Amino acid sequence: MINLRIDDTPVQAEPGQTILVAARGVGIRIPTLCQVDALSPVGACRLCLVEIRNWNGRLVPACATPAQEGLDVVAHSEKLTILRRTILELLFAERNHICAFCVSSGHCELQDLATELGMDHVTFPYRFPFLPVDATHPKFGLDHNRCVLCGRCVRACSEVEGAYTWGFSGRGVATLVEADLGDPWGASKTCTACGKCVQACPVGALFEKGKATAEQVKRPEILAEVTERRPRV
Amino acid sequence: MREIKVPVTRIEGHGLITVELNRAGKVSKARFHVTEGRGFERFCQGRTLWEMPAITARTCGICPVSHLLCSAKAGDAILAVRPPRAADKLRRLMNLGQYVQSHALSFFHLSSPDLLLGWDSDPAKRNVFGLAATNPQLALDGIRLRAYGQEIIAALGERRVHPAWAVPGGVHAPFTAEARDRLAAKLPEAMRIATDALALYEQGMAGWGEEIASFGDFPSLFMSLVGENGVWEHHDGRIRLVDAERRIVADNLDPARYFEYIGEAVEGWSYLKFPYFQERGYPDGVYRVGPLARLNCCDHIGTPLADAAVARFRATADGKAVTSSFHYHWARLIEIVAALERVKIYFDDPEILSPRVRAEAGINEREGVGVHEAPRGTLFHHYGVDEGGVIEKVNLIVSTGHNNLAMNHTVTQIAHHYLDGQKITEGLLNRMEGGIRAYDPCLSCSVHAVGQMPLKVVLLGSDGNVLDEKVRTA
Repeated sequence: MINLRIDDTPVQAEPGQTILVAARGVGIRIPTLCQVDALSPVGACRLCLVEIRNWNGRLVPACATPAQEGLDVVAHSEKLTILRRTILELLFAERNHICAFCVSSGHCELQDLATELGMDHVTFPYRFPFLPVDATHPKFGLDHNRCVLCGRCVRACSEVEGAYTWGFSGRGVATLVEADLGDPWGASKTCTACGKCVQACPVGALFEKGKATAEQVKRPEILAEVTERRPRV
Repeated sequence: MREIKVPVTRIEGHGLITVELNRAGKVSKARFHVTEGRGFERFCQGRTLWEMPAITARTCGICPVSHLLCSAKAGDAILAVRPPRAADKLRRLMNLGQYVQSHALSFFHLSSPDLLLGWDSDPAKRNVFGLAATNPQLALDGIRLRAYGQEIIAALGERRVHPAWAVPGGVHAPFTAEARDRLAAKLPEAMRIATDALALYEQGMAGWGEEIASFGDFPSLFMSLVGENGVWEHHDGRIRLVDAERRIVADNLDPARYFEYIGEAVEGWSYLKFPYFQERGYPDGVYRVGPLARLNCCDHIGTPLADAAVARFRATADGKAVTSSFHYHWARLIEIVAALERVKIYFDDPEILSPRVRAEAGINEREGVGVHEAPRGTLFHHYGVDEGGVIEKVNLIVSTGHNNLAMNHTVTQIAHHYLDGQKITEGLLNRMEGGIRAYDPCLSCSVHAVGQMPLKVVLLGSDGNVLDEKVRTA
């Protein structure tokens, strides 16, 4: 077993476990967005940043950093709250997140995080990009305006379904998730229409068609349920 | 030339009346300007059909239910489905709640201070607080009645303002017996308030003769939806137009083909378009919508108290159309009674508790029109979508817009009647505002659109002659 401290609480972790998993084991909640159980961690959103006191206060993503012997981790501090809220504000400012008519309003991880972190306004100027909605798929839709580029859909598609339909195009702020090599989703030859990407999506970017405002409830936990039932090889 | 500017208050939105006086101090022209701009028809493009009820509901905080229901109907047309009967009844029930709350707001909160405290009373007290000081029971009644309407809306849609509850194909969730019973218990009190207010208005009319004669009393067409056998209708039905004699000018018009009989003109001095009945041309095709028009257009209401009130209403015009816009107030009070009588019918109908409230379907039509009677009048939502259901085109024709020409007639009439020389008093200006307020206009709804509009600029000399005229087409 590995011994470390998180928020001054002594914690034991199995070898290979991340700081995030170790913290959860003792009931310490660290905010996450791109992380979802059963998918490999990527540390993309940086909301789970924690401070390592004995690494000169270095900031690391808890979801992607293995627990190590003797680590002195700060998971909650005023500084971390400001950092997390700033990250969240940047996410909101980057695209068009309008809860008022979003299919996921009330069931949205981004919205919940804003509440949790006390983000009552956005201090950065909104970019208001003009982004399309892909409604070409018969069952599902993709609204780039609401995408936070967490990549959960990309990983669910490749790691759980094995279809490799979703990928990223572009760089930086111009990055978009896209099906196959930029085909409309409805024209994708690889998509199995399993809907795992929709369930994995933390926001209203991927949705089931026919769902109206506030009706889209997601079940990202199905990814773990599916993989746990698979025979181990 | 002098110009008087009258900001209009106690209405929904921002408006302005300008009156031009000639050298002799006589009124040369009066206009009602809508001074806000929105952009719904543009920014709805690219959104999905299923979001449209919630997006368009945000046009306004007073009329969200009207846009919600109208948008859901446009959605029904695009899905090519008929909502289950229970869903239709529940949508109607919510709309009746909307009539109660919106009409109560207009009468008790916004207009009754003028009627009951006097047009020339102290403007600092001529408001709902002044009313509460002199007639606390009435002020309290008004608040209670409005709250009742909102409670109906909240019981169905989970919130009083901006419920996202009606969806293409039906409604989001069924109604509960608990909510019905709770609301039914409060219905008698709401009805008592509504009938008292109606009696108060009918008793007070004798004292408002001059205002009744000058607040937009002119012949015009009236347009509304009517149901089967000419019954008063608020959510479905076909379009009827009657003239000032209450003769039917056009009947059984398909609301989805509105563009074949309604034209929209644009003037450079208002952000609000000017719809007109095409057959009569612009501006002769002026028509009015809303409570006054609905009562002039329908043959009967279909419930006893409201029908008795309509008989008294029509008797004042010898069976012809009631043409004074002042009586929008009266029509509004009659409609509150009508709405509450219908609410009772729905509460007694077990079908409103049915769990089958939504028809699911994909995109089956590329275009759809929803039509609906908002408290303020006939509302059209016209959408075009792509194969996947993404909005390509939106046209909203909003109740207040239909009344635009009539409101301009009204301010002109009031200006001519009351601004006869040099004495410009606060009471006179208040009457001009009151003339607009009678329509209960909602300017936030009316100017939902933005973009390149056809523009007409007229240069007038002080003698009123046109010196130059330029027209920029869209």
